[in-house]
Amino acid sequence: MEFAELIKTPRVDNVVLHRPFYPAVEGTLCLTGHHLILSSRQDNTEELWLLHSNIDSIEKRFVGSLGTIIIKCKDLRIIQLDIPGMEECLNIASSIEALSTLDSITLMYPFFYRPMFEVVEDGWHTFLPEREFKLLSSVTKEWRLSYINKDFSVCPSYPPIVTVPSCIDDEALRKVATFRHGGRFPVLSYYHEKNGMVMIRSSQPLTSTNGRRCKEDEQLINATLGPGKRGYIIDTRSLNVAQQARAKGGGFEQEAHYPQWRRIHKSIERYHILQESLIKLVEACNDQSHNMDRWLSKLEASNWLTHIKEILTTACLAVQCIDREGASVLIHGTEGTDSTLQVTSLAQIILEPRCRTIRGFEALIEREWLQAGHPFQQRCAQSAYSNSKQKWEAPVFFLFLDCVWQILRQFPCSFEFNEHFLIMLFEHSYASQFGTFLGNNESERCKLKLQQKTMSLWSWVNRPSELNKFINPLFEANSLVIWPSVAPQSLQLWEGVFLRWNRSSKYLDEAYDEMINIIEYNKELQAKVNTLRRQLAELETEDGGMQESP
Amino acid sequence: MEYITLPKVENVLSLNRYVNKKPANGTLYLTATHLIYVDTSAEVRKEIWILHHHIAAVEKLALTSMGHPLILHCKNFRTAHFVFGSDWECHEVYVSLLKLSQPVRPEELYAFSYNPKSSKDDREIGWKMIDLKSDYKRMGIPNDYWEITNANKNYEVCSTYPPEIVIPKVASKAIVMGCSKFRSRGRIPVLSYFYQENNAAICRCSQPLSGFGSRCLEDEQMLQAISQANPASSFIYVVDTRPKLNAIANRAAGKGYENEDNYTNIRFRFIGIENIHVMRSSLQKLLEVCEMKVPSMSDFLAGLENSGWLRHIKTIMDAGIFLAKAVKVEKSSVLVHCSDGWDRTAQVCSLASILLDPFYRTFEGLMVLIEREWISMGHKFSQRCGHLDGDPKEVSPVFTQFLECIWQLMEQFPCAFEFNELFLLEIHDHIFSCQFGNFIGTCHKEREELRIFERTHSLWPFLLQKKTEFRNPLYKGIAAYGVLHPNTLPFSFQFWCGMYHRFDKGMHPKQSMLNHLLHLLNQQVKIKEDMTHLETKLPNLNVLSLEDTCIQPTTESALSKPLKNPLPDTPWSCDQLPPAQFPNGSLTGEGDALPDLAPKQKQSVFTSSQPAGSGTKGQHQEEICRDCESRLSSTKPHNL
Repeated sequence: MEFAELIKTPRVDNVVLHRPFYPAVEGTLCLTGHHLILSSRQDNTEELWLLHSNIDSIEKRFVGSLGTIIIKCKDLRIIQLDIPGMEECLNIASSIEALSTLDSITLMYPFFYRPMFEVVEDGWHTFLPEREFKLLSSVTKEWRLSYINKDFSVCPSYPPIVTVPSCIDDEALRKVATFRHGGRFPVLSYYHEKNGMVMIRSSQPLTSTNGRRCKEDEQLINATLGPGKRGYIIDTRSLNVAQQARAKGGGFEQEAHYPQWRRIHKSIERYHILQESLIKLVEACNDQSHNMDRWLSKLEASNWLTHIKEILTTACLAVQCIDREGASVLIHGTEGTDSTLQVTSLAQIILEPRCRTIRGFEALIEREWLQAGHPFQQRCAQSAYSNSKQKWEAPVFFLFLDCVWQILRQFPCSFEFNEHFLIMLFEHSYASQFGTFLGNNESERCKLKLQQKTMSLWSWVNRPSELNKFINPLFEANSLVIWPSVAPQSLQLWEGVFLRWNRSSKYLDEAYDEMINIIEYNKELQAKVNTLRRQLAELETEDGGMQESP
Repeated sequence: MEYITLPKVENVLSLNRYVNKKPANGTLYLTATHLIYVDTSAEVRKEIWILHHHIAAVEKLALTSMGHPLILHCKNFRTAHFVFGSDWECHEVYVSLLKLSQPVRPEELYAFSYNPKSSKDDREIGWKMIDLKSDYKRMGIPNDYWEITNANKNYEVCSTYPPEIVIPKVASKAIVMGCSKFRSRGRIPVLSYFYQENNAAICRCSQPLSGFGSRCLEDEQMLQAISQANPASSFIYVVDTRPKLNAIANRAAGKGYENEDNYTNIRFRFIGIENIHVMRSSLQKLLEVCEMKVPSMSDFLAGLENSGWLRHIKTIMDAGIFLAKAVKVEKSSVLVHCSDGWDRTAQVCSLASILLDPFYRTFEGLMVLIEREWISMGHKFSQRCGHLDGDPKEVSPVFTQFLECIWQLMEQFPCAFEFNELFLLEIHDHIFSCQFGNFIGTCHKEREELRIFERTHSLWPFLLQKKTEFRNPLYKGIAAYGVLHPNTLPFSFQFWCGMYHRFDKGMHPKQSMLNHLLHLLNQQVKIKEDMTHLETKLPNLNVLSLEDTCIQPTTESALSKPLKNPLPDTPWSCDQLPPAQFPNGSLTGEGDALPDLAPKQKQSVFTSSQPAGSGTKGQHQEEICRDCESRLSSTKPHNL
């Protein structure tokens, strides 16, 4: 086995595990290629199974011959292992360190994971672009599927199939791709059936300082507008940042060349700024010695909620353009793989009831994050406890989930899924037995042969037994646009994630169960009364029949 | 009414908090009790009713392009922004409101003219609804150690205590009288709460007059008596809820705190809750944050921190928890005081009762508690709430903080309280409204002098009538939780948007889980009725159809079934009005479970006679109007 050399001590006895809100457990610690396992000798205590890839950082301490390893996980939990014997402790620590930072993706657990459940529906084939397009083509002929990127040569971070205006041919697309950062030419993100307006996304145009332009790009973008219509370009960067980008060959659309479009700049932060924000927030949440002033000041200084507000505001702006102003929008930042996707996906959640169902939300993640080339592998390599200062890690998807939670909190009856569903996605985006979030784009996923070699997250989630946990009992389909409030007073810390390991949720869980009880009881009563009514109706018709016969 | 020079002003604009929204245009009326604004520009008639007593401040701003602005800041945290066409109108309304919102004599308060058209008997029953004696009985008092005495029947011990007080049995009249001279304003140690399970008691008093090293034998005996009333514990805690510095400062005025050396077996603690002035300015700062036009996240959080509001809430909560722990865990009695023992002491003692005893988490319990620890023990509602034109330095949100502590607990223990947030908000409204007599005056003696019990009505029966909208659907009953152990880490405290932004609906969750669940509970009642109805009918029909085929099934029976809503997906939950309030069984959203069981013809009769969506709304509107009418008519005598 290839991990054998990394595991210096596979097994230590008399290890004590400390977790918040649980009594300490003494047991045997085992290291396998992908898991850290602690099992007590008592039958009634559960075992701890921790994926190495979930480990964000470890610290070791020694008091005499007793070593302590503090493991900080990507799901924000912190556990402590007391290990007797200095050598064992050092061995374990270095093994964990090595196993949790494997270089090669193909050594990751998803490539070894063998599911214990029967696959009813293969998640790799659940959301196919062709199928999604069928829905679209039934309402409009203005869009077509293009296979121009089938070998990933035009745009390495795009999927093989993209939706583009019918009147623009592949040749033009090829030219546009050279004018857009990373080849990310404008593609359809969302079609608003109500009024035919669209949301398209791309990366920044490569105008650079000399004001380069591209006719095909202008044609493509204008093709998305109806005759005489105007559209909005939402640049997720501030004007300042966008102007600076020109020096590096990037830039933004000049009014003169895109006269039908009005450009609006918003400012959504990127990369290390977001990562630092996460680190600061988690640090504040974990420090229990804070007094009130210090806590509020740290919460403020982390800027996490500021980012949430900024992202939601921009998404609302896009929705306003589409739904209220009846205008199409183009959204991009620099690469079009981060803030752009936050905005396009949140806008769809606000606009489109389908995206608030479980299937619809999964499809949205598939479409707007996985297919759209959000670099999960890079962004989620480390979480809040990382010390490495690699610049491509950022909680972009995490922020998106937090924003969805904020909307869910404001519209508790409009989503088919509950908070646990969002937390589950957060966990799996950082560490998982499934292949779904591996790789940075479709091209990489193809090369890794994920579909053949790993299991899709959706294959597991979409089984009724799992889905049950994620269903929101309050859900009632709501066909309206759901406008969230973005006032600071309306946005809250996502306790379910950030305080999950810092406070007991016993009473909140009880409230949730109680809510389910009420709803279930209601259904039961309703069913009973329906039966009675049916019996009565049957008797009545029998009666009526008898009346008529004489 | 002498103050009202302009009873009606037309074309008054009402500005929305959000700049980009179009202002409403309407008519402003001044009645003896309310300012009423009727929005005539809206499609649906919208009314804002503001009780004059709710107005905390009236501000006339400089002329703008829209006209002459007038801003009202209300005690229940509503801010109304009107713009008048002429300076004259604006000024007249301004002057009237200044007078109306700050009456000079107690007789001018709403409660003395409020007439809900109930009988004299009802009024008396209403006032007797809360019986403190039965609460003491519930705690197990009187018993071997404690007795209810009328030692204060002529207010000779203390003018701000009620005539009947609970003190240790062994405390003789001499001890009581001697002690009363040593305690500020005669507020001697009396029982607040008795924890029957282990005989530990929470007692309350004011600060001792111990400033210049003086001591008092009777006071020492009184504390000794309290200690002896709990034989299992060798000591009692004496908790001074003030910051130590404040207590020391009081010594210069001959007051101060207990010297541990002079008392046998007391353990003395400072808690550090700030005084009413600090709290007033803290709230002021909080409200400034709330009134910022478009605050950034940082503005808001920094403002929240800077106001110190949540820090104060946490301190009060911590103090309550200290008391509860002392009683529950250490099994020892506690004596609590601050300066006068009617603000911080009331907060802390009542909070401890809620933590210790699930009874106080019920409707009845909270009412009893407010009556016992606040009203009867002389919390100066009249001054703290600024009912009358008086010293603004006496105004302080002490009771508001108490309600907020309860709300914070409700957030942590969603199933532990019988009532919901709306109940707290309603009570909060009424401490200022002066519509009922309960909170008028400062103490029992004053209320007697004002003849509150003969001339006004009690709030409690009025609140209980609305119990169904105030209940907590998640409540698990009195036995579900014993003593509450709340988490007091800073992140466990939330900003109470529902209170401080109560009238900024845009900031609240757009769908309310509470309303949804209340709706389900109402539905359950309805379904159960249907079920009994159907069950009685079924066998009958059976029998009838066997015996006599000529008898037709009665049409009424089919008609009495609940209405099926023809629009199954009506997004009622986005609506402002919870369908739970519609009384006639036309519950929206109910229909989806039952497609076409009722005979079609009969259903169409219904749908034509009452279109579901508009019908219910209209009806609700009508109710509001009726309510307005009754409120208006009740004010009429005053008008003349």
